[in-house]
Amino acid sequence: MNHPWLDNSVKRPWLAVFLVLLVTVLFSWGAKNLYFRGDFRIFFSADNPQMQAFERMQAQFNKSDNMLVAVLPAEGDVFTPEVLTVVKKLTDAAWQTPYSLRVDSITNFQHTEAQEDDLLVEDLLLDVADISAEKISKIKEVVLNEPALLKRLVSADGGMTAVNITVQLPEKDQNKEVADVYSSVAALTEQLAKEHPTVSFKLAGVIALNNAFTAEAQHDASALVPLMFVTIIVLLALMLRSALAALAVVIIIILTISSTLGLAGWAGIFLSTATVNVPTLVMTLAVADSVHLIASCQFLMRQGQSKPDAIRQAMLINTMPVFITSATTAVGFLTLNFSEVPILRDFGNMVAVGVMLAWLLTILLLPALLALLPISAGHDSKAFGGMDRLAEFVIRRPGPILIGTVLLTLAGGYLTLQNRVNDEAVKYFSTQTEYRQAVDLLEEKLGGVSLMDFAIESGGESGVNDPAFIAAIDAFGDYLQTLPEVTHVSRISDTYKRLNKSMHGDDPAFYRLPESQELAAQYLLMYEMSLPFGLDLSNQLDMDKSATKVGITMQNLGSKEMTAIEDKTIAWFRQQYPQYSIEASSTALMFAHIGERNMASMMQSLPLAAVLISALLVLSLRSWKLGTISLLPNMIPALLGFGVWQLLSGEINLGLSVVASMSLGIIVDDTVHFLAKYQHARQDGRNAEDAVRYAFHSVGWALVVTTVVLVIGFSVLLLSDFRLNSDMGLLTGIILLIALIVDFLFLPAVLLKLDRKAYSPAPAATHPNGV
Amino acid sequence: MNTHLLICHRPQVRNSWIKLLSGLLCASWLTTGLFSMPVLADDGGKGLQIATERKKRDEGWKDSESKTTMVLRNAQGEESTREIRSISLEVANDGDKGLTIFDEPKDVRGTAFLNHSHTGKPDDQWLYLPSVKRVKRIASRNKSGPFMASEFAYEDLSSFELEKFKFTWLRDEQLNGEAVFVVEQVPLDEFSGYSKSVVWIDQAEYRARKIEFYDRKNALLKTLVMSDYKQYLNKYWRPLKLQMTNHQTGKSTDLLVRDIEFGKGRTDADFDTNALQRSR
Repeated sequence: MNHPWLDNSVKRPWLAVFLVLLVTVLFSWGAKNLYFRGDFRIFFSADNPQMQAFERMQAQFNKSDNMLVAVLPAEGDVFTPEVLTVVKKLTDAAWQTPYSLRVDSITNFQHTEAQEDDLLVEDLLLDVADISAEKISKIKEVVLNEPALLKRLVSADGGMTAVNITVQLPEKDQNKEVADVYSSVAALTEQLAKEHPTVSFKLAGVIALNNAFTAEAQHDASALVPLMFVTIIVLLALMLRSALAALAVVIIIILTISSTLGLAGWAGIFLSTATVNVPTLVMTLAVADSVHLIASCQFLMRQGQSKPDAIRQAMLINTMPVFITSATTAVGFLTLNFSEVPILRDFGNMVAVGVMLAWLLTILLLPALLALLPISAGHDSKAFGGMDRLAEFVIRRPGPILIGTVLLTLAGGYLTLQNRVNDEAVKYFSTQTEYRQAVDLLEEKLGGVSLMDFAIESGGESGVNDPAFIAAIDAFGDYLQTLPEVTHVSRISDTYKRLNKSMHGDDPAFYRLPESQELAAQYLLMYEMSLPFGLDLSNQLDMDKSATKVGITMQNLGSKEMTAIEDKTIAWFRQQYPQYSIEASSTALMFAHIGERNMASMMQSLPLAAVLISALLVLSLRSWKLGTISLLPNMIPALLGFGVWQLLSGEINLGLSVVASMSLGIIVDDTVHFLAKYQHARQDGRNAEDAVRYAFHSVGWALVVTTVVLVIGFSVLLLSDFRLNSDMGLLTGIILLIALIVDFLFLPAVLLKLDRKAYSPAPAATHPNGV
Repeated sequence: MNTHLLICHRPQVRNSWIKLLSGLLCASWLTTGLFSMPVLADDGGKGLQIATERKKRDEGWKDSESKTTMVLRNAQGEESTREIRSISLEVANDGDKGLTIFDEPKDVRGTAFLNHSHTGKPDDQWLYLPSVKRVKRIASRNKSGPFMASEFAYEDLSSFELEKFKFTWLRDEQLNGEAVFVVEQVPLDEFSGYSKSVVWIDQAEYRARKIEFYDRKNALLKTLVMSDYKQYLNKYWRPLKLQMTNHQTGKSTDLLVRDIEFGKGRTDADFDTNALQRSR
């Protein structure tokens, strides 16, 4: 056969290097278009129904992007002159936060009070000069009895308070905007902590969440990628026993990664917490191709072939298996396109492209590099003895191995089904992260920080002033408060009651809803006319007062519990008040839904991945029988892996939902290599036992080495404080290890039992024949 | 001291805030007795000169009435309208007086807002609530909040007084082909919602044509554009259209003023709390 590129690569390596470099530079140039996005919206596609509900609510009422600053006095009492001074200072200074729309705290709470016959609406603490023992006790009494504040901005024991800063980002450069807001508030709280050492601060809220997404991605990019690079180089040098051969692989890896990122840039893909680890994975997956080729070449050189001949020969026998293994891996990652989560789709596509680029660069550039570099032939590994003993072990007891595997698989399958889907954005962050610590603290002090908002439509302009509607809101709030998970309810009816009381000389008997629409409307108008800049009611009432927002705060709940509360509360409201329409939304609710939706779509894509990958196997092995047999060892590892996961954690998040199809494409490689050797031996006329021995001897050690590289590669992700990445790395690593064991025990056992019939001789020498 | 006004058609109607509004736009400076001397800026006093001329050209209008349709618009472009009537009274040596009566939405119909603007102290404000037939004083320093949930703050509608700001002339330029002064106004009231505003005043008639408002963190918050100026009594210019756009939330509010009348013979008696109870 004629192989002009290969022949020329070996004869004129510089030309090949130049041409490949030219193309990779063109690809990599696209990296200039890359940008980073850290906001939580990247998890949701534009047509996601929860996202749309969220956007509708954000449009109808003022935005709810926020920074929640917890103020924590060391002595455990908020109601002291110093702490109130700090809160007042923080509140005033927080208005300087970029893009801030409003600031809410216990000091600028718009307290209403009857003053003779007039209505006084004023900051609860207008001036620190007013602070006196008497004023403090009044503030304490108001704050701890005010439904709008208690367990929302102040803990029930008065030991912690919080300042809520609402911002509206212009969303032109969201990442920078988030960073600006976060760093401004962080600098402010650091300054205050320095001036008041007895008070500490924690930062939570949507902006802190977005900031955490960015911070963790940057941590991953700056810590994990270099670590992975060093690890790979060390492993390569060890495996190939040649620094220059390792250098050749490193060059391939660098070009692969820069081209992958560049092509992503040309395609308009942005970097995110998910895609920032694409280089790590591509590195891991790309290494195998080159290693197979170089090891093969070194082997041939040790057999006495000249270097150019060895390169040529190694390329010819490896091109097909390397293509098949790359293609199956790519197919596995491409099935992530069925994911509901845009950044997981990007992740899958980028890795798939990276894997195929690695294949291309390996066959196009590696021959030239090997020709240019004075590569040593290395020396024979001594590990084959162990492999031979393993072969004998399997050959002696295929029965028990089969039975054992079947039992384990059944157990694994059972356990796998016990896993539950759970996505809580808060829990994406390890307890090492500042964000998680802040949220956990708020949860502990306030009882809950998960929010859910209900937009309730009255059906007409000014409809929220209708006493029947206010009564419905009030009753809904009462119902919500009976739910054990709910720690706080914010509703406009409390404001009407408070106004009614204040309009009647603060008579507690009038803490009730106004009797007529006119009364309600006019009280509200009076109140609105009295509110200062930024503290208006647009976060609770829409423009024409046809709808109101009821907000609840809950304990941190799993996604199932969260969606259950949504269903239950909405069903209650619709049954009681069919005349009004209601819709729920919040970021927590969006994450609660995305896990389920994503899992459902990934489960649908898994059979497709299995069929596609098996078809590739059947094609490459040219055998229906072996292709079908290979299905089992490729499916079992995921079942066992998810079974183990049930014992470790039992919770499946977005990162894990994609592991099954993703790992399928990787573990299939081991099967391909093993079966190719086995088939080669059978076609040479050996029986099943001898073919298994041959397969173990010729490819067993290489499989161990590539699996170790892959497991180490995925284990690097464990160092991420972002659990979507670390969990994905851990479970994939577990599945890859299991897959190796299954390929060494179960696969040969199946072959020994089911593949007894003699083979017809091989048609030609073009069968796959890797190292 | 100064005011100008807008009108109401129906005899019982009066309103104050529009006057304030127009005060803002084209106030004239009438009387001589300032309580406090305006702060001089480092522009050689040019900013103050322009403001003083602006005020002066709008003095002597005595009283006015008007009707206004207020169109609220959210970021999605959905609209909601309100109807109000206003009467205003020019006051010598102090801020103007104004009475605003709400006609729409229906559930606040008849609610009336009385304002006595002052130059040296916070404004006095009362609200008449027809549902309880009572006048309530709004004992609040809050003048920075929205007026009827619109993008106009109460202080945007308050009468234009020289004592309320420090003026700095920034530059002269062309605005829509007309020569204008650009003057910065820094509010002296610590309870203002703004760090500053920048006003474009046409050089021909000293009418405010555009104002940019900056919030307390000095970010551009809103822009007010005044157009369809009409001259009354051969002297006083009033804009019939005021468009306020909030750049941070994407919301906007248009004020469409009509039926402006001057010289209806209003007196102080029409602007006390007793009158408030009679307003309909």
